[in-house]
Amino acid sequence: MKQLECRNVCVNYENTEAVKDVSFSVEEGDYICIVGENGSGKSTLLKAILGLEPIKFGKIKFGENVSKKDIGYLPQQSIIQKDFPASIWEVVLSGCLNNKGIHPFYSKKEKQKAEENINKLGLNDIKYKSYQELSGGQRQRVLLARALCATKKILLLDEPIAGLDPKVTKEMYKIIKKINQEGITIIMVSHDIRFALKNANKILHIRTKKEFFGLTEDYVKSDIGKTFIGGGEDA
Amino acid sequence: MLSVLQEMLSYTFIVRAILVGTLVALCSALLGVSLILKRYSMIGDGLSHVAFGALTIAVALNLTPLYVSIPVVIISAIALLKISKTNKINGDAAIAIISTVSIAIGIITTSLSQGLNTDVFSYMFGSILAMSQIDVYISVILSILVLALFLIFYNKIFAVTFDENFAKATGVKTNLYNTVIAILTAITIVVGMRIMGTMLISSLIIFPALTSMKIVKTFRNVIICSAIISVFCFFFGIVFSYVFSIPTGASIVVVNAFVFIMFSIANTVSRKI
Repeated sequence: MKQLECRNVCVNYENTEAVKDVSFSVEEGDYICIVGENGSGKSTLLKAILGLEPIKFGKIKFGENVSKKDIGYLPQQSIIQKDFPASIWEVVLSGCLNNKGIHPFYSKKEKQKAEENINKLGLNDIKYKSYQELSGGQRQRVLLARALCATKKILLLDEPIAGLDPKVTKEMYKIIKKINQEGITIIMVSHDIRFALKNANKILHIRTKKEFFGLTEDYVKSDIGKTFIGGGEDA
Repeated sequence: MLSVLQEMLSYTFIVRAILVGTLVALCSALLGVSLILKRYSMIGDGLSHVAFGALTIAVALNLTPLYVSIPVVIISAIALLKISKTNKINGDAAIAIISTVSIAIGIITTSLSQGLNTDVFSYMFGSILAMSQIDVYISVILSILVLALFLIFYNKIFAVTFDENFAKATGVKTNLYNTVIAILTAITIVVGMRIMGTMLISSLIIFPALTSMKIVKTFRNVIICSAIISVFCFFFGIVFSYVFSIPTGASIVVVNAFVFIMFSIANTVSRKI
């Protein structure tokens, strides 16, 4: 079932054309990696999908049963203030907000959901610890737990492993894979082409314009894929 | 100490000031946490200047100051929020411009009408004598309204303060909640500037939150702590102002500054241990 369709999407970022004429669609259960070089418009495209950047031209349409309230989002970590006074519990629980409407306080069910996601990401022992005092990897897990509270259908991730050490990176990918296997669609912006090839079923390669969109196995055989993977391995 | 308190409480105007001031101290402490973390401290400052302009016009036209300034400041608060979000003009510069223009309008209005009389002077630097009984009623009702709305919107305010983009992306009405924060801030400033004065009200918003962030590290605790600090500083500020016959607003600011320095030292010391 189609969950998201982008048609001829153009987005400007600070007066330059960041994304131009990109079309692709997302099916339920997909694990899509958006790859490309630095400054190729990956994050801008993701933000446009989330409604955080206005689109200049084209259309972004969610499937019939999907609304913004079914979406979870893991932002690039640098965006959030590292010195913000908040406990892990407060941050994760805030992910439940999108589905609660006008009711002012969190219900038992929402607290349970936050609790589950905290457990899922192994944060239970430190859930009252302050966000300020966490390591980069822990912070990322907190934000992922929050995203899981918000999502029912789609999870969008913007460079989830940026700045993490190899061990934590591996763990992060394992968790994301598991979330996908539980039925949540994954759309991820990533630098890490090798992990993308290993985990994603589809690849969207952009360099402002769309260079490739399709199954991962076809990408590996394509010219653009070969060049990019080659470059990635050299680095 | 007790006899001083007894003496103070025998004056109706001081009782009024303590009642309204405590409520305003609470409101500003709560909102201050969110404003500082959202990097909107300057908006509070700008709004107090807008309130000054509005008050002088109200005085010149012989209207009830609160009736004129509250709507004007609410509209300005929403406008300032919008301006600080668009990148076209530098947000800081825009706020500075609006502040100074408001003060300029205020000064021109006063000099054209009756000159810098005590009324206007008290708006500038605050006075606990300035409040009439009607003012007290309106102030109390408005402050309680602000407190109630803050509690009702607490979780939403947290979400838009911590990570507005996430909230927006996942379908939370962030514009609505930002507007709520702006309106509550506007009301608090207008009510509070009678005691604190235009020049000093923003410190009531900034200090308690900043002080409590020195020692507590979760959002709820920061909110609770800054509410306590704010009321504590207000109370001792007003007592000192009575004992030493110094202006109330300034006295409260100095107590706040003192507590802030103490907490900063405590924070530095505890980190070194």
